[in-house]
Amino acid sequence: MAAFSLKINGTQHEINVDPTTPMLWVLRDHLHMVGTKYGCGIAQCGACTIHLGDNAVRSCQLPVSSVGDQEITTIEGLSENGDHPVQKAWLEVDVPQCGYCQAGQIMTASALLKKNPNPSDTEIENAMNGNICRCGTYTRIRKAIKMAANTNQNS
Amino acid sequence: MTTVKTKIGRRSFIKSSALAGGGMVLGFSWLASCKMSAEEVNQLPKEWFKINGYLRIADNGQVTILSPNPEGGQNVKTSMPMIVADELGVDWKDVIVEQAPLDTAAFTLQFLGGSQSIRRGWEGLRMAGASAKAMLIAAAAQDWQVPSEEISARKGILTHTESDKSASYGEMASAAATMKVPEEVQLKEIKDFTIIGTSQKNVDGHKIVTGKPLFGVDTYKEGMLTAMIVTPPAFGLKLKSIDDSEAKNMPGIQSIFTIEVFNDDYEKAFFDTRTFNEVAVIVGNSTWEVMNAKKALKIDCEPIEGITETRNRFGRKWEEYTPGGLESTAKHYAEMEAIASKKATVKRRDGHPENAFKNAAKVLEATYTAPFLAHNCMEPMNFFADVSDNKALLIGPLQKPELTEQTLSARLGIPIENIEIQMTRLGGGYGRRSYAHWLVEAALISQKMKAPVKLVYSREDDMTNGIYRPSYRATYRAALDANNNLIGFHVKTGGIPQSPLHENRFPAGAVENYLAEDWTIDTNLTVGSFRAPSSNFIACAEQSFLDEVAEATGKDPIDFRLELLERAQHNPVGENNDYEAHRYAGVLKLVKEKSNWSNRDSVARGVAAYFCHNSYAAQVLDLTWENNEPVVQKVTCAIDCGIVVNPDAATNLAEGGIVDGIGNALYGEISFKDGVPDQQNFDTYRMIRMREAPKEIDVHFVESDIHPTGLGEPSFPPIFAALANAMYKATGKRAYKQPFLKERELLG
Repeated sequence: MAAFSLKINGTQHEINVDPTTPMLWVLRDHLHMVGTKYGCGIAQCGACTIHLGDNAVRSCQLPVSSVGDQEITTIEGLSENGDHPVQKAWLEVDVPQCGYCQAGQIMTASALLKKNPNPSDTEIENAMNGNICRCGTYTRIRKAIKMAANTNQNS
Repeated sequence: MTTVKTKIGRRSFIKSSALAGGGMVLGFSWLASCKMSAEEVNQLPKEWFKINGYLRIADNGQVTILSPNPEGGQNVKTSMPMIVADELGVDWKDVIVEQAPLDTAAFTLQFLGGSQSIRRGWEGLRMAGASAKAMLIAAAAQDWQVPSEEISARKGILTHTESDKSASYGEMASAAATMKVPEEVQLKEIKDFTIIGTSQKNVDGHKIVTGKPLFGVDTYKEGMLTAMIVTPPAFGLKLKSIDDSEAKNMPGIQSIFTIEVFNDDYEKAFFDTRTFNEVAVIVGNSTWEVMNAKKALKIDCEPIEGITETRNRFGRKWEEYTPGGLESTAKHYAEMEAIASKKATVKRRDGHPENAFKNAAKVLEATYTAPFLAHNCMEPMNFFADVSDNKALLIGPLQKPELTEQTLSARLGIPIENIEIQMTRLGGGYGRRSYAHWLVEAALISQKMKAPVKLVYSREDDMTNGIYRPSYRATYRAALDANNNLIGFHVKTGGIPQSPLHENRFPAGAVENYLAEDWTIDTNLTVGSFRAPSSNFIACAEQSFLDEVAEATGKDPIDFRLELLERAQHNPVGENNDYEAHRYAGVLKLVKEKSNWSNRDSVARGVAAYFCHNSYAAQVLDLTWENNEPVVQKVTCAIDCGIVVNPDAATNLAEGGIVDGIGNALYGEISFKDGVPDQQNFDTYRMIRMREAPKEIDVHFVESDIHPTGLGEPSFPPIFAALANAMYKATGKRAYKQPFLKERELLG
């Protein structure tokens, strides 16, 4: 066990856990922030995607000991009221079916748009290829990302 | 004007009561269907009269509709209340939708599966809305002393024009609760619908995109422990002993033990399938700690013996044999090939098929195979359980809560009335969550620990614990005469351990001489319902073969099918054809038009159509072949599922079925060596990803006045064949073995 001080969604959290614990389980089990989902545990499905600084990372492969003072953003902290352009586009396109993978999809998409505000179809596909949607909402995800990109361009 | 009865004899589908603090509650049975004959109604099971849906109108006018069914992405939590709200006569924006209430004493939980939610709920939901409206009107009529026929009820307002009186539903709700429930109510004409047929957004959308705890695996209660299971590494093995000397001393571990999921003498019902009856359990403080201990737990296994068990499906019993041995995929395919040349069970014979083949100018034959598939719901199996002396509370995602309750009661020895199951949103179901052994496991673990417990399967547990889509094989033969007329048709098919044959489906009824026969092979792999069970294979085989036959006759594949359907409609062969030929033809004609079928310049196009779960779907798939890979440019889809309640949500569901089908057709497979699954996580089980999804999907619905039929499944089966037929156009090679890309790689 070791003590860690983590900055998550702008708030400092103090926890005492096994240093090998992946951030996924720190968030879900220790901080009860369950928006970040477990899907595979081996960084193959993207359901656990969070932002470490500005980068989309798979939290199931991110030991708490490696976070240091880098800021973490989860789906709960992406925006104050669920009004991030990507979240708004997701609602407008009515993307989700079961919804389980969507937090991870949104976190990957929002990190993409931050770095590349106007991605091409291929760039979208490359960025999103690590996120599985078992219900098959890919065409809507693509549409929502483009809509969010346009919103950014116009605002 | 459609009138429905709310009461049959002394039994009523509707119950009304006043709401504490003002307002009314109307309880209803969403299964209610009063269009049946008296004889049929008398045979209705008792639960059809149980109140299982609620409609609340508060005195401030707030309308709350409690959605009675599990939500797994099919959007019933939005669509079902839309139906109630339309008949009630309120604006959709004034309606709040909630999942089943926490107090389930009077609440019969229902199920998700077979694309049945809307189809079976249609009448009951409309009746509920119409009854509440009638009672509000009756209350206003009494208050204003005017005839009820003169009162209109629209957008939550009751109006009597002549006397210039009006009141909101909220103002009249408390009085309405005291009105007698009408024995008969009028339903709206279809043309008068204001909400049904409009696109309304997912009521949980905001919660989903902001990461709110909606799913079973998100459940947290004070003092809750985390549990995981350890099972034998191979089918055909059982636990002999466990060595927990290392694991039990690891940090955060509370207890390690084994449980028996079902008692030896328990007669398993249909959805009680369980691969490993005895499983090891690790209970600890947190998931990561339990995961670590899971790796350290050593187990010793021994082979199972062959066993015959009695299974019970709603009173119908049968013997099920589970053989011993360690099975392998190579052997499965060899066994299927061997049995295919032996005598099978004839399920349907029309005319003289043997003569037709003997006299044929040309005979075509093709054989299709498909592997076992894992459901791979993104939310792995999990459940929360808090079981004390004589009471059980369970929270989580499952598709058939009512059936699970019975199983649970038998296993725990706790009366059903003391068992409460709360439903959460399902992180995918596709049939997998009908088999709720993990719920029984969670309850047994909690009972043993005397503490609240959340059982979570790892992805590997989820993928390797069975309940797969069966593996199948089908051989089709067609006899053509000298003029290329189809004079004989033969299908011989089977699977491990179930047959996919639907002997009365198309092209039965369209061919003079027809033979359908099947076989099965026993296995110790467990199988279960998987999105569009059995149709999800046989549609691909049949529709791929018809493409080949059409080509041999020199006909356009759509025209060829339409000709057969013409025959089935006007001069059908046999009497048990379980499809409506004109609706089947309808979706083909619509997809032909919408896909601009005659234009086949730059892409390879394939077509397929299928009927299942009471609905019809036809698809045209366009692909290009780039870098030795298929790139699906566009799928055009036409569906006839009767009235479409929520068009955009319905489109989303159809798109999902198409993407899911393309993924499974190209990549889906779980294979075995000596009983061990070769694929245990998403690094080896290839799921479709965004890059492989169609660039565009264009869904069209046949305009219809027919009551809604299924939608969750019908778009799934035909896409496999539309893809196979387009791949043939692109490559000149027919795809006979699923997954298609593996076959291509194997062929070099």
